[in-house]
Amino acid sequence: MEVLVILVPLALGLGLVGLLGFLWSLKSGQYDDLEGAAWRAIADDDPAHERRSD
Amino acid sequence: MQATRDFSHYVRDAGSGLAHIDLAVEGVSCAGCMSKIERGLSAIPDVTLARVNLTDRRVALEWKQGALDPTRFIDRLAELGYKAYPFETASAEALEAEQSRFLLRCLGVAAFVTMNVMMLSIPVWSGNGSDMIPEQRDFFHWLSALIALPAAAYAGQPFFRSAFRVLRTGNVNMDVPISIGVILALGMSVVETVNHAEHTYFDAAIMLLTFLLVGRYLDQSVRRRTRAVAGNLAALKAETATKFVGADEISQVPVAAIEPGDIVLLRPGERCAVDGTVIEGRSEIDQSLITGETLHVTAEHGTAVYAGSLNVSGTLRVRVSAASQGTLLSEIARLLDNALQARSRYVRLADRASRLYAPVVHATALLTILGWVLMGASWHDAIVTGVAVLIITCPCALGLAIPTVQTVASGAMFRAGVLLNSSDSIERLAEVDRIIFDKTGTLTLPELDVVNSASIPKDVFDLAGRLALASHHPVAAAVARASNAKAPLAGVVEEPGQGVRGVFDGEEIRLGRPSFCKADQLANEILGLDPEASVVAFSQGNARYVFAVRQRLRADAQATVSALQARGIMVEILSGDRDPAVRAAAQTLGVCEWRAGVTPADKIGRIDDLKRQGFNVMMVGDGLNDAPSLAAAHVSMSPISAAHLSQATADLVFLGKPLAPVVAAVDFARKALHLMRQNLWLAVGYNFLAVPIAISGVVTPLIAAAAMSGSSVLVMLNALRARRTASRR
Repeated sequence: MEVLVILVPLALGLGLVGLLGFLWSLKSGQYDDLEGAAWRAIADDDPAHERRSD
Repeated sequence: MQATRDFSHYVRDAGSGLAHIDLAVEGVSCAGCMSKIERGLSAIPDVTLARVNLTDRRVALEWKQGALDPTRFIDRLAELGYKAYPFETASAEALEAEQSRFLLRCLGVAAFVTMNVMMLSIPVWSGNGSDMIPEQRDFFHWLSALIALPAAAYAGQPFFRSAFRVLRTGNVNMDVPISIGVILALGMSVVETVNHAEHTYFDAAIMLLTFLLVGRYLDQSVRRRTRAVAGNLAALKAETATKFVGADEISQVPVAAIEPGDIVLLRPGERCAVDGTVIEGRSEIDQSLITGETLHVTAEHGTAVYAGSLNVSGTLRVRVSAASQGTLLSEIARLLDNALQARSRYVRLADRASRLYAPVVHATALLTILGWVLMGASWHDAIVTGVAVLIITCPCALGLAIPTVQTVASGAMFRAGVLLNSSDSIERLAEVDRIIFDKTGTLTLPELDVVNSASIPKDVFDLAGRLALASHHPVAAAVARASNAKAPLAGVVEEPGQGVRGVFDGEEIRLGRPSFCKADQLANEILGLDPEASVVAFSQGNARYVFAVRQRLRADAQATVSALQARGIMVEILSGDRDPAVRAAAQTLGVCEWRAGVTPADKIGRIDDLKRQGFNVMMVGDGLNDAPSLAAAHVSMSPISAAHLSQATADLVFLGKPLAPVVAAVDFARKALHLMRQNLWLAVGYNFLAVPIAISGVVTPLIAAAAMSGSSVLVMLNALRARRTASRR
C-alpha cells in the first residue's frame, strides 16, 4: 500500500493540471464563440492575421 | 453636397497604438462567411485583428491608430455582400458576459473536483465491502475533505450569494434549499470523518453543485444570447443621419451622436432617424410605421416628424427636438412605461416550483429527525438520516429541468428564424390562446409591391424597372424591385416632384406622376378600382402604362392565420389604418374579429379587455404605435423590419418575409412548456422513490450519487426532444 504515497499525489496533480488548463482556456477567450470554433476546425487554412491578442 | 461618414463615436483605444471597433454584421451564418470576411478584412493594410464571432454575429477589428478610417471596413464588408453596423456594447451585456465567465469558472472547478473526489470515493465504497483498513478510509476521507471544502466554497458562490440575498428580503428561492443542503452535507461529512465513520457525503455535495452549475450556466447562456441578439438589433436599427456641420457641409453621423438643436437633412426615400420639426422644404411623408396609417401626410415648415417616418418626395431640413411633452411620441412612451410595469409581475415556472418545493423538503427532513428520535434513535443517527434526506431531495434534476429545455428550444427557434428577446418568453408564448395582429408591416410586407404586373408586357416592365433604378422615390423603388432590374440606364434626368426621364432606342421614356407621363385617365381608372393603391405611370413614345403599387399581404399570411386557428388560437386584427383597407385584409385572411382606426391607447384597452376575460394574448406588431400594446400583451412578437422601440419591447423577433415563424414559435414553445412540466414531474417522481429510502435511513453515498446523476441525465435527455415539434419532422 506504500504505492499510495506516489499514486494519490500523482492523481491529484494531474487533476490540478487539467483544472489549470481549463481555467487558462477560459481566460484566453476560447469559449466566447463556440459555434465559430466548431467551423474553424474544418476550415481549409487560416487567414494571415488570425492570432488573438487579448 | 457629398456627405462624409463619421463613426469615430464607436472607436475605442485598445492600447499600444491600436484602435478597436466592434461591428454587428447581418447575414453571417456559416463557416464560409466567416473566412470570407476575415480574409477580406485582413487584406487591408495595417489591420492587426479581424475576428468573426459566429455566435454573436459580430466582427472585432483592430488596426494601427490613425492609419485607417472605420468606414472603410463597412465599405469592404458591403463589397463582400454583408451589411455591417458599428456596435456599442451595452453595459448590461458586458455584465452578462462577465457573469457567464464566472459561472463557467465555477463549473470547471466543481467538475474537476468532482472527478478527483470520486476517484477517492470509489475505493472507499468498494473497500467498505472488502479489506480496507479504517486508517486508509480515514486518510481518503480527509483527502476528500481537503479538496472538496475549498472547491465548494468557491463553486458554491452563485448559490450562497443568491440564497443570502433572498433570505435577507424574507423570501425563499431554489437556492435556499440548495445552500442548506450543501452546507449541511459538508458539515456532517467533516464531523463523520473526525469520528472515523464509514460514510461521508463529500462526493454527493460537490457533484450536486456541478449538476446545478450546468443548469445555471445553460440558463445564463440563453439569457446572454438573447441579450446579444437584442444588442445586434439595436445596432442594426441605430441608423445614421445626415447632419449639417456647416452652412452647406453635411456629414453622415450615428444617431447617438446627434443632439437636440442639430439640423439634419432628409432626402427622398430616406427614413427619418430622429424626432424634430421641419424648418425647410416640402414633401410627403409616410408615417405608417408610427401610426399604421398608409396614406401619405404632407410635411412643410413646422410639421413634426418622428423617427421612423419615410420621406417620399421632396428634400427636407429637420431641426432635432428634445423629447417634448404632449407629442405622439411622449404619449407612446408613457403608455409603454405603464404596460411594462404590469408585465414584470409574471412569475416563472421555476420560481413557482421552488416556492412549493423548499418548505416541503425542509419539513420532511425535520420530521425525519424528530421521527427517528421519537423511535428511540440517538440524536446523531437521526441528524445523519435527516441530512441524507436533504441531500437526496436536493433539487438537482429540478435545477436542470427548465434550463436544458430552454436552451434546446431557443436553439431550435433560432434555426426557424425566431430570435428570443427575453428569456422567459417561451413559457409565456406557450400559454397563448389569442393572437392580435397589426396589419401594416406585420400582416403586410413592409415594402411596397407592384400588384398589376400581370397586365403589363414583360419587356415594358423590365425597361420601366431599369429606369426606376435612377429614382429614390419609394414607389419607383418598388417598380425596380418587382422587375428585378439590375442595369441602370445612362443619361437619366430626375425632375424633382415629377419623375425621371431618359432616352431608349431613340424614344423618350418617362416614369413618374401620371400627369408627368400624360396618363391621368388610365391612372384614374386604376384608382377607381383600388383606392388604396399608389400609382406610377410609365410612357414609352406614345404608349402609356400605369403600375398600381401597394403593400401586399405576406405570401403565407392566410396559411398562417388558418394554421393558428387550427391550433385553437383565435386571431384578431387591430390596425391604425382606415376601415376599407383593414376590412379587405380581414376578409382575405378569413379573420372575423377586426377593428380599424385604432389608437395606441385603444389597442391597450382592447388587450386589457381580453385579459379580463381570461385570455392570454399575444400581440404581433411592428409600428411605433404598437409598442405599448406589445408591452401590455402577455407575450409579443415583431418582424425584424419593425420600429426600434417596438423591437426592443417585443419578446420575440422573427426574420424574413414569411409569417410562418409565428406558427413555428408557438409550436416550439408549446412543446417546450410540455417538456418542462414533464421534466418537473420526472424530478418529483424521482423524489417520491428516493425519499422513503432516505427516511428509512439505508441511504449510502453510493446510492445518493447514482440516484442524483441518473435523474439528471434522464432530465437532460428528455430536454433534447424540444428540438422537434409534431408539425415539422
